[in-house]
Amino acid sequence: MSNSAVEQRRPKSPNIQIYRPQLTSVLSIANRISGVALSIAAVGLMIWLIAAASGPQSYSAVQGALGSLIGQIALLAMTFAFFFHLCGGIRHLAWDAGYGFGLRAIYASGWAVVVASVLLTAVAWIAALFMRG
Amino acid sequence: MAEKSTRSSLGRAVWLGSAKAGILDWWRERVTAVALIPLTLWLVASIIAHSSSDYPVFVAWLKAPFVALMVVLLLIALFYHVALGLQVVIEDYIHSAMKIPTLVVMRFACFACAGAGILATLRLAFTG
Repeated sequence: MSNSAVEQRRPKSPNIQIYRPQLTSVLSIANRISGVALSIAAVGLMIWLIAAASGPQSYSAVQGALGSLIGQIALLAMTFAFFFHLCGGIRHLAWDAGYGFGLRAIYASGWAVVVASVLLTAVAWIAALFMRG
Repeated sequence: MAEKSTRSSLGRAVWLGSAKAGILDWWRERVTAVALIPLTLWLVASIIAHSSSDYPVFVAWLKAPFVALMVVLLLIALFYHVALGLQVVIEDYIHSAMKIPTLVVMRFACFACAGAGILATLRLAFTG
């Protein structure tokens, strides 16, 4: 049998979008998306520091932009992305150390990441609103 | 360096698979991740604590040596981690001739952002 005939009969791996989304695959791509989003937040942190170093006017301009409705929505999204990427990252570090590969453990840690990142986002915003008085 | 290498002799000879410099990038992504856990949690907690602070109070906080050091360390670890993370994303999705230029521009941007953030922090710490 020729090599090309084998290749033609060999089942091809289906594209990723054929699979039903699972917690594992959704969290995997979400960790990547949140990482890319946080790269933009890192640029925002740099702009914020430059504004603080440039003086009160530029600082209040940046604070004003963050205080607007769009700014607050972006800040909320970035807070969630931060805690999600943090919790997901710790989950990945545990895997890298060789722990938590059982199917039960993978789903338990996955749901723990979802719940913890939502709770931590809520706690951070309630604390910030409380500090603002 | 050579005796510490995790690459096999055959891997080095045929120059295949993860036996290139990928192990070092993989390791550094983890090391920067571990460093960023306390650094980012400290920054987020500090920003929350300063929610009601006006400009002079915030700048006085940022100028303190310990705070300035923490911010500089954070910027180094953060943009190193960003560069390594975005590199994997770019390598996964861009397969055209644009891959290498995109990687180079991304690296330049990470260096520039880290440098600008560090300069702003030090300027506040030393003058401001």
